[in-house]
Amino acid sequence: MKSSVITFPGSNCDRDMDVALTKFGFKNKMVWHNDQELPKSDLIVLPGGFSYGDYLRCGSMASKSKIMHSVINFAKSGGLVMGICNGFQILVESGLVPGVLLRNKYLQFICKNVHVKVDNKENTFFKNLDKKVLEFHIAHNEGNYFCTNDQLKEIEDNNQIAIYYCDQNGNTNDQINPNGSIKNIAGIFNKEKNVLGMMPHPERMIDESLSGEDGSIFFKNLLNNIK
Amino acid sequence: MKVSAVITLKKDVLDPQGKVIHETLDGMGFNSVNEVRQGKYFEIEVKENDPKKAKDLVEDMCKKLLANLVIENYKIIETQ
Repeated sequence: MKSSVITFPGSNCDRDMDVALTKFGFKNKMVWHNDQELPKSDLIVLPGGFSYGDYLRCGSMASKSKIMHSVINFAKSGGLVMGICNGFQILVESGLVPGVLLRNKYLQFICKNVHVKVDNKENTFFKNLDKKVLEFHIAHNEGNYFCTNDQLKEIEDNNQIAIYYCDQNGNTNDQINPNGSIKNIAGIFNKEKNVLGMMPHPERMIDESLSGEDGSIFFKNLLNNIK
Repeated sequence: MKVSAVITLKKDVLDPQGKVIHETLDGMGFNSVNEVRQGKYFEIEVKENDPKKAKDLVEDMCKKLLANLVIENYKIIETQ
């Protein structure tokens, strides 16, 4: 299976993502933001980081870069696209997934492990996943998911909420919400479920002795689902 | 020609920075503040001498890049 990770000026999780994808069997290529053509890929990843120094709004400049025309076309033709952290911000700015990511509610950069609940498994990203609650890492300043009431209704009606911030038992409530996101939303899909944007970093949870294994579970499962 | 645009957060969008600024103002003794909302201001020099055309151009920029219309409104405030 082939994957491509896009590197924008200021991306800093691109190589971590490359390591993770390669570790679990993807043939990964790094793609520069100024390229126009995507290599043949089964999965495109927009990595975390601070593209364009978060100028104007996080992800807004990167969403207009040359390669994004190809990424948008790839997504619209049904290709799998995953945006992590800043990658999620780029996805919302490009309109591939609905809503926006605002500054964290308590104005603090948050860097810690969190639990997320996977509710919807009828999609390529989470299908056949054994666990319902995963432990991932978050590191962001603008992860406070927001959308209008009309959008929220549409997102809920279409089962577009991918993961929620929760405690280790899968309970979602205000106390466990790290950044003020509406409904504890940590990640969402587009309507067709081939585009996933999420704030947590699965690529930081791929080593048992260094971090945790839930990222490994996620990537192994993802590879099997794409095969 | 110079065109100025102001981007403001829509009414229902939480503005934590504005809130903190409000509280700080309060702490400084500016007790008559009801609310503070923080926004962005742009001065854009365009190669265009027709005010209407210059305004339209900047409006297009606001829609496509400068503002995120899910959470923000824009207003062209002056052309000179």
